Amino acid sequence: MAILQTRDLNKWFGGLHVTGGVDFALEDGEIHCLIGPNGAGKSTLFRLFLGEHLPTSGQIFYQGEDITKAKPFERIRRGISVKFQVPGIFKALSVRQNLQIALQHHRLPEELDEEIDRLLEFLKLTDARYQLAGNLSHGQKQWLEIGMAVALRPRLLLLDEPTAGMTPDETAATGEMVQELNRDGVTVLAVEHDMAFVRQIAHRVTVLHFGKIFAQGTIDEIVSDERVAAIYLGDAHA
Amino acid sequence: MARANLLSSTIRLLDGPQTLGRGRPFWTSFALVLVLACAYPMFADGYDVGNNVYFFNWVFMALGLSLIWGYGGTLSFGQTAFFGVAGYSYGVISTNFGDAYGLTLVALIASVAAAALFSAVLGYFLFFGRISGVFLGIVTLSVTLVLERFMAQTAGPEWQVGTARLNGYNGMGGMPSLTIPWFGGDIVLFPDVQLYYCTLALLVACYLGLRLLVNSRFGNVLVAIRENPQRAEMLGYDIRVYQLVAFVIGSALAGLSGVLYTSWGNYITPASMGMTAAALPIVWVAVGGRSDLTTTLIGTLIVLGGFQALTIHGSQYALVVMGVLLVLTVLIAPRGLVFSLGALAGGMFRRKTAGRE
Repeated sequence: MAILQTRDLNKWFGGLHVTGGVDFALEDGEIHCLIGPNGAGKSTLFRLFLGEHLPTSGQIFYQGEDITKAKPFERIRRGISVKFQVPGIFKALSVRQNLQIALQHHRLPEELDEEIDRLLEFLKLTDARYQLAGNLSHGQKQWLEIGMAVALRPRLLLLDEPTAGMTPDETAATGEMVQELNRDGVTVLAVEHDMAFVRQIAHRVTVLHFGKIFAQGTIDEIVSDERVAAIYLGDAHA
Repeated sequence: MARANLLSSTIRLLDGPQTLGRGRPFWTSFALVLVLACAYPMFADGYDVGNNVYFFNWVFMALGLSLIWGYGGTLSFGQTAFFGVAGYSYGVISTNFGDAYGLTLVALIASVAAAALFSAVLGYFLFFGRISGVFLGIVTLSVTLVLERFMAQTAGPEWQVGTARLNGYNGMGGMPSLTIPWFGGDIVLFPDVQLYYCTLALLVACYLGLRLLVNSRFGNVLVAIRENPQRAEMLGYDIRVYQLVAFVIGSALAGLSGVLYTSWGNYITPASMGMTAAALPIVWVAVGGRSDLTTTLIGTLIVLGGFQALTIHGSQYALVVMGVLLVLTVLIAPRGLVFSLGALAGGMFRRKTAGRE
């Protein structure tokens, strides 16, 4: 069953057709990567899923319910969670407070401390818990935000370039985190440029080109598709 | 057991992470300052004590602005609008109903409620209309200036509510002082020692109450919205509601200032909502350090005291000095002068006790 589905989704910015009749289905329980050249409309599609943009026409369904017009916070409360490309953390607050704010909406006060400690360990940030989030390394900031997204116990996790700016080691560790979450039942949709990372985590891959779905399949099918190579991978490998 | 839990969680909130002053040294100094403030009337003339209540009157408005601007990240330029609404409401209500049977206290509550209601309506359109940043500042400033203009043209006899004349630019006067009904006869709070203690008690209560608020779950979210509204919303919070609630509480505190001021001097004028008046709270709060209640409180009292001294000693340039002070603060210590000093002292102290937390 599809956890997230779109029907003929269109978005125009003035005369620019950035999302062109997208029919997309994300299966429950999969890790799905969204790739495509710059300007392919990946970020716009993401914002449509989150409700930061409203589509010009078409519909979005989450667990079979129409959420096309739902406000962003309403979608989050239904079980969608997001990690932004630029780490969206609360820089002037401590790591612990960041997690507390993410958690407190959904947990009883007496569960909070234990849950924060558990998350800190998962994120390898236990030693940094009293530091200001703004003073963390870039990779740690990315992890902290993943932790905040995970703290909501989402059913669907949207990741916008989760490994941007990470070292190869950090990237690999992030991949393991994502896989662990997936094993616990979280469906993951990630926009990603790093093909090694995509190969590590993706069950299925969708290629966007000029706002339309260009190709879909396993990473091996995508890599061996000559049309895809021509528009994207060819350039990237050149 | 439940009571003990409540007590410990209350202490935890009073001493929480969203307030700069924490731990034993802070609360020792707090107690010391409070004792000094309580002892002050014993060593001073009643007339002076009553006059100096003036300084306390403004602090409520400043604390409210600290909540809206410093903690919530929304610059409201309209604190004086709510100050004026509550001040005039108090004037109209108390003039009409008099000061018997504790009716002035009813007038106080009704006036603060009027300011809160007004801010709720205005705030609804601002926050649910997604107006933010400099535009919110412009709209709130416009509102206070419109109110000033409106009150300024109420000089004619047709501008009368019951027995209360609004009096245009001459200002409204003659309303009764706050009066507490008491067994041996009413206590009238003229600017004297009784008023001093009442206002001080109210100030301490508001300060501690706000400390609880900003360290609560609500305060956490408010600060999160200031830091990154998008992320806060994407954690499932309806940020408009949080901003609106903070705005209403902060504006109600400005209203409280308005009532206390009007009752203290038995007088209010449209100028209290004018451009100069609207700018001053920004200066107090910015100079002290808007993102903390304690620095706001200290900064406001210092700046008010300095301003008063400059005005009394013949300088016509007190306002210019205020402007220069604001510019210097923004350039040298954008987080506030008292805040920067406090952070410095706190940092030195923390280094000594590092690793204890």
